[in-house]
Amino acid sequence: MKNNFKTIEQLHEELINGKITSQQLIDEAIKRSHKLQKECNAFVTILDDAQAHDISDNLLSGIPYGIKDNYSTKGILSTGSSNTLKDYIPFFNATAIDKLTTSGAIPVNKTVLDEFGMGGTGTTGHTGTVLNPWNKKHMCAGSSAGSACAVAAGVYPFATGSDTGDSIRKPAAYCGIVGYKPTYGMISRYGLFPFASSLDHCGVLTRNVKDAAIVVDNMKGKDKNDMTTWDSSQIHLRKSITGEVKGKKLCYIKELCDINNYKDADDTLKEHLKNFQATLDKCQKLGIEIKEESIDKRLLNAISSVYVVISCAEATSNMSNLTGIVFGPRSKKDNYIEMMKDYRTNGFCSLIKRRFIIGSYVLQKENKERYFYNAQKARRLIVDEWKKLFQKYDGVILPVGSGPAKYLDDKKNPQITNIKSLEEHLQVGNFGGFPSITIPNGFINNMPVGVNITGKCYDDANILNIAYALETSMNYKNQIAKEFDYEI
Amino acid sequence: MKYKALIGLEMHCEISTTNTKVFSRSRNSFNECPNSNVRPLDMGFPGTLPVVNKEAVKKALTMSIILNCTQPEYLYFERKNYYYPDLPKGYQITQDTKPAPIGINGQLKYDCDGQFKIAQIDNIHLEEDTCSMDHYETFSTLDYNRAGVPLLELVTKPTFHNSKEAVSFLETMRNIYQYTNISEADSKKGQVRCDVNVSIMDENLDETDPKNWGTKVEIKNVNSFSGVKAVIDYEIKRQIKAKEDGTYDEMEQQTRRWDEETGTTIYMRNKVDAIDYRYFIEPNIPKFKISTNWLKDIKASIPKLAHERKETYMNDYKLSNYDAAILVKEKNISDYYEETIKCGADPKLASNWITSVILGYLNKELLNIDEIYVTPLMLKELIDMVNKGTISSKQGKEVLFKSLEEQKDPKTIVQESGMKQIGSSDEILKIVTEVLDENTENINKYKAGRSNVVDFLVGQVMKKTRGQANPTITRKMMIEEIEKR
Repeated sequence: MKNNFKTIEQLHEELINGKITSQQLIDEAIKRSHKLQKECNAFVTILDDAQAHDISDNLLSGIPYGIKDNYSTKGILSTGSSNTLKDYIPFFNATAIDKLTTSGAIPVNKTVLDEFGMGGTGTTGHTGTVLNPWNKKHMCAGSSAGSACAVAAGVYPFATGSDTGDSIRKPAAYCGIVGYKPTYGMISRYGLFPFASSLDHCGVLTRNVKDAAIVVDNMKGKDKNDMTTWDSSQIHLRKSITGEVKGKKLCYIKELCDINNYKDADDTLKEHLKNFQATLDKCQKLGIEIKEESIDKRLLNAISSVYVVISCAEATSNMSNLTGIVFGPRSKKDNYIEMMKDYRTNGFCSLIKRRFIIGSYVLQKENKERYFYNAQKARRLIVDEWKKLFQKYDGVILPVGSGPAKYLDDKKNPQITNIKSLEEHLQVGNFGGFPSITIPNGFINNMPVGVNITGKCYDDANILNIAYALETSMNYKNQIAKEFDYEI
Repeated sequence: MKYKALIGLEMHCEISTTNTKVFSRSRNSFNECPNSNVRPLDMGFPGTLPVVNKEAVKKALTMSIILNCTQPEYLYFERKNYYYPDLPKGYQITQDTKPAPIGINGQLKYDCDGQFKIAQIDNIHLEEDTCSMDHYETFSTLDYNRAGVPLLELVTKPTFHNSKEAVSFLETMRNIYQYTNISEADSKKGQVRCDVNVSIMDENLDETDPKNWGTKVEIKNVNSFSGVKAVIDYEIKRQIKAKEDGTYDEMEQQTRRWDEETGTTIYMRNKVDAIDYRYFIEPNIPKFKISTNWLKDIKASIPKLAHERKETYMNDYKLSNYDAAILVKEKNISDYYEETIKCGADPKLASNWITSVILGYLNKELLNIDEIYVTPLMLKELIDMVNKGTISSKQGKEVLFKSLEEQKDPKTIVQESGMKQIGSSDEILKIVTEVLDENTENINKYKAGRSNVVDFLVGQVMKKTRGQANPTITRKMMIEEIEKR
């Protein structure tokens, strides 16, 4: 088997046995990085001088990986894919990166994202658009576009991601891989460039569920630098994966999954929802009980607005530290007001500036009650609704988006009415801080599609185990985009 | 027409006694090399997160309890968003009034010229200080040592009527900050800063009804108590003049600043231009339950405050109101006094020695009582020597001064200089007789009922003995001898 198809456990075995060396894996990952960079533009930085690590008992020791460029990495350029930080070299590591370093994993590149994680297309990073490795006319989705692209192209077994709305889980689906966002506070956010702090999660992109469990086992933990972290030392994700799922219960939501809700549905959407039903059948064959549930459409329709209001409000504030005075390329204007204005006007892409304006608007005295406070109320109502489902079920299973990766040329994408809730429902996982994992469940028009399972807080092990069993019953585990399926 | 003023204060006081800053682990200390007490959070580096300093919260709760405020069930922090070069994150972590800050709706009894008054407290909240800026002709410097220092902002209702009340309240507050060891509250170190708001209204109207209040004028960044006094006096005059000129009704609610050089307030902005701080709850700090047990513990740990110590001094030690007030005015002096008593000194005598000699010396030399050579124990021993009659009280004063100046133990000074008091009756009698012989006319005056001549005669004895005669014995003997003649 080619190295790039191997799971972390298989690679570890071979590293221990001396069949391969850490340096070989690193060199291979760097070569693949350069090749992929030319094809798909997935990286901000490739670390050509990455050094091998001693092999220990830790499954990650000696394994190369990628870091989304919104993680602070000591001595390594960390841009957030933004011109505002295009020259920023931090002097401290994000806690999650420190932990991976302690495990012995070796970063070989920093991956492109939508600027500061805002955006779901992989097109707004300051180094340009990331192309989908399965078909370059398509997007990877975002914001963890580069990480998804690199893992799907077999550069390494995993890359870190961050997820504020669906930024790990959607690109994972569009690239045919696994994307896992654990419970809020399981992984420290210290050193993650913030987008919307109450929604931001660290997480990982891999090619199989067990690898995701292994990586998060090594990233998680209470951190004295992040008050929202909690003690998960009693949770062992990989060890909890047994594949035993008989008697588990999942539900799906009728208002999202019933094709009759979409009067002008195209063939792609029809096939996507049909494929989802086929996945449900697989679940049932595994002994998982599947039920249909109904949720008030008004709540479902509110999801994307709630997300916009809360995430934009927090983002305008979180990014107010970007003035170009202490760090970032300082403007040459001659007073501080002009310096800040010049730096921010030229530094941010237009999408971010639009979101800043929305964020400021909803927080203004005269609008706050109507928008911000109402969004918070709706957030609570939506979360409560999901929590009610978790009283009866181990998790909610739903299709990711309305099909495979969109075309980069938006004119080619179908416009379907009432599709918004289906596109954006993964944001509920961020509203509630729920553990949520996406795995590939098929192909439509030769492009991968994904299915998502979301569970109740702190129940990560259970969700991963169900996802693992489902993954094992399908044929998409460890897949690599065809064009990149070669020896190097 | 006569007017009265309504004055409200915002008093910002740094908590100077925590080890670390309020949301970061850098040291909280004043006056070091610029930008040396700095962690990534203090400069707003991307990805940094605030971690609440529990000690700072405890001190804030202490103040909330002292001010008789209501404490919230849960502690929240909020972001106050605005751009300014001294604000590294682009927002300040603070507490707005909804949800409730560390304390709301309190009141504090304070002494204004010997009269007790009640100040109504709107709220007190915990926040972080900004970095400090210095402006030069072509550039400015930023020092992030101050960024993130815990700051308590106390907001009163419009509860004062003149500058005297306002300043008395501020002095009381400073005193409480020092007694509770929450802050040195030193305005010279920039630890105390005030905003003042002033409005005037017709004197015969009811001030408890907000409808009768005048237009509020806020004056920002007044950095000394004398400044607060000057601002209030100036602003009341300015507003009364506006009333009398008939321009008062055109005056809008506004923010002004105090210009120390001209002694005037200068218009900054009106209400319409007021900044919208777009507050929202800080998402990186989970809400924190303030347990009743914790509050109980904090309450129990509040030390005796100045007014309580003063009561003890007056009721138990029988000191005068005046002396007691002097002793409690500064905590370290009061501590010194109590330590002297603990060493065994008589409270009344200890008070006399401290208020008359030591405080005079401190004022003259601009020293702090913690910096002087004479310890409470040394003072107690000196008082003993005087009590036993080893030296006279006049000598005692000389010794104490010498001890302070030359940094020598009083006992050593007495030994070295061979000082002793003339206590033997024979020796004193000799001199008393001598003085009476020289002043026969005074004997007649005494017999005619003018008993105060004794003071003069005793003084003559002291003169002849260069203060070494025991004054009590001398007086007694002097009267006996006059009676005999």
